[in-house]
Amino acid sequence: MGLVSRWVYLLLAVPFVGTLWVPLYDHVRPTFLGFPFFYWYQLAWVPVSVALTAIVYALRNPSPSDKLEGDA
Amino acid sequence: MNAGLVIFLALFLLVTGLGFWASRWRPGDLGLLSEWGLGGRRFGGLVTWFLLGGDLYTAYTFIAVPALVFGQGALGFFALPYTIVMYPIMFLIMPKLWTVARERGYVTAADFVEHRFDCRTLGLLVAVTGILATMPYIALQLVGIQVVLAALHMSGTGVWSDAPLIIAFVVLAAYTYTGGLRAPALIAIVKDVLIYTTVLTAVVVIPAHLGGWAAIFAKVPAAKLTFPAPPPHSTGILSGYATLALGSALALLMYPHTVTGVLGAKSANVVRKNAVFLPAYSFVLGLLALLGYMAYAAHLNTLPQFRDGFAHYGPSYAVPALFMRFLPSWFVGFAFAAIAIGALVPAAIMSVAAANLFTRNIYKAFLHPGVGEAGEARVAKIASLFVKFGALVFVLGVPEKYAIMLQLLGGIWIIQTFPAIVIGLYTRWPHRYALVVGWLTGMVAGTAMAASTSFKSVIYPLTIAGYTIPAYAAVYAVIVNLTVMVVATWILKTLRIGAGRDGTLDMQMRGA
Repeated sequence: MGLVSRWVYLLLAVPFVGTLWVPLYDHVRPTFLGFPFFYWYQLAWVPVSVALTAIVYALRNPSPSDKLEGDA
Repeated sequence: MNAGLVIFLALFLLVTGLGFWASRWRPGDLGLLSEWGLGGRRFGGLVTWFLLGGDLYTAYTFIAVPALVFGQGALGFFALPYTIVMYPIMFLIMPKLWTVARERGYVTAADFVEHRFDCRTLGLLVAVTGILATMPYIALQLVGIQVVLAALHMSGTGVWSDAPLIIAFVVLAAYTYTGGLRAPALIAIVKDVLIYTTVLTAVVVIPAHLGGWAAIFAKVPAAKLTFPAPPPHSTGILSGYATLALGSALALLMYPHTVTGVLGAKSANVVRKNAVFLPAYSFVLGLLALLGYMAYAAHLNTLPQFRDGFAHYGPSYAVPALFMRFLPSWFVGFAFAAIAIGALVPAAIMSVAAANLFTRNIYKAFLHPGVGEAGEARVAKIASLFVKFGALVFVLGVPEKYAIMLQLLGGIWIIQTFPAIVIGLYTRWPHRYALVVGWLTGMVAGTAMAASTSFKSVIYPLTIAGYTIPAYAAVYAVIVNLTVMVVATWILKTLRIGAGRDGTLDMQMRGA
């Protein structure tokens, strides 16, 4: 397994820090389109986590067993 | 309400037709368990996306999450971080489970655990936990249907009061019996189109009636909008919120209906792609949660036409009432059909998943080891009927609060299978009997923590050296489970007690 593919999996840990460390976002301000920070911040994590998982998907080295897994 | 009722019934008829047609969709030999119970493991990326989306985001979610926000404010929003952190974990573990299941012909997670650790008892425990946790979950889907039927004034009178619910369920049981996992997979496509349309319409139309999002949030008291600062010597509700999200994510991945949806995919890569794209539903769920604040801002529970509904169903009535208050009646029928069909899809998958567990890990493992493939499929079909009627009897005979209580306990229980299943995917280091002992202590500890709050809350305030950390009991219980498992493994290995052989390495393939 190459160096890149090994470290890229760390990206999967980022949403845990961003969404589970509650003091980070337990505020009303700044508001956005009328949404208090608490709400728009967490909603914003949805596209961010999708992007992070997509990066991991794209950069991971296919494991030797992928052949056995059948084609997508 | 007439136009609404017509649309509601028309959509119900449509999915009934689809359900019965499903057995001819991508034909396979439905006399085989892997065909009936896993759709032949042939679902591609898009169908799996609909299937898992229909499976994980249930009607109960659509009723209960806004209800929790309506009643308790910010705490109810935990559903969003919960369904965000779930997917990175799914991305890591589920392709592994899919691969070993495909290679070895496993139909359930308990199959894997049984063979990996060479321990039928461990497989049995995983299966029984899965069935126990699933039953109240199915029951709550029925509650979701009950609420919208009541709102449509479709509950009959006297002995007929539950007739519409019973009819809906008999129909569901019939097409699940014939089509297996194909039926909910096909209906899930309709369900998701209805749900997306409903939610996106609601979050545009209703705020316009209420003066916009800023006006809605302004009507919610500050104490509900965010959490109070923690009291001294405590992490307050903040740790409760975070652990509720994390623990629920770990638990949901272990539920049999999740595993069944994953194993129905046609490749491990389909599972990975779904872990990337499934959060689209989470965004919709986050918006949906905010319907709770809209109901709050509109003071719906004080309006005379909704008084009976709130008296009977409590905050669960918030979403139906909100739709009836602000949306035209034909669209209300559409939205209620979305909720009702949103209950049928997961109820079908859950009953298929529970039936698979019963067949493989109880019937085949203990009662009739010589059963052939055709026998397996027959048993599973009948078991799916028992599971559904069990849930129906439960909903009709037992007060709703017990179903909710049992569902809360279900989450605490199902997470106790995480060590055996997930650690088992990576290493055989844990000793089989240590996993059994860990499971048992976790079950007892978690149940005791929930009992200490009289089953009213799943947040357990643990106090260590004068410092209180309130957290989801499932998380504490699985920590107890893991600790006991590690210590017991070390003891059992020191005593040189046999660990069995790894059945996932057998040259001989099992099943199909």
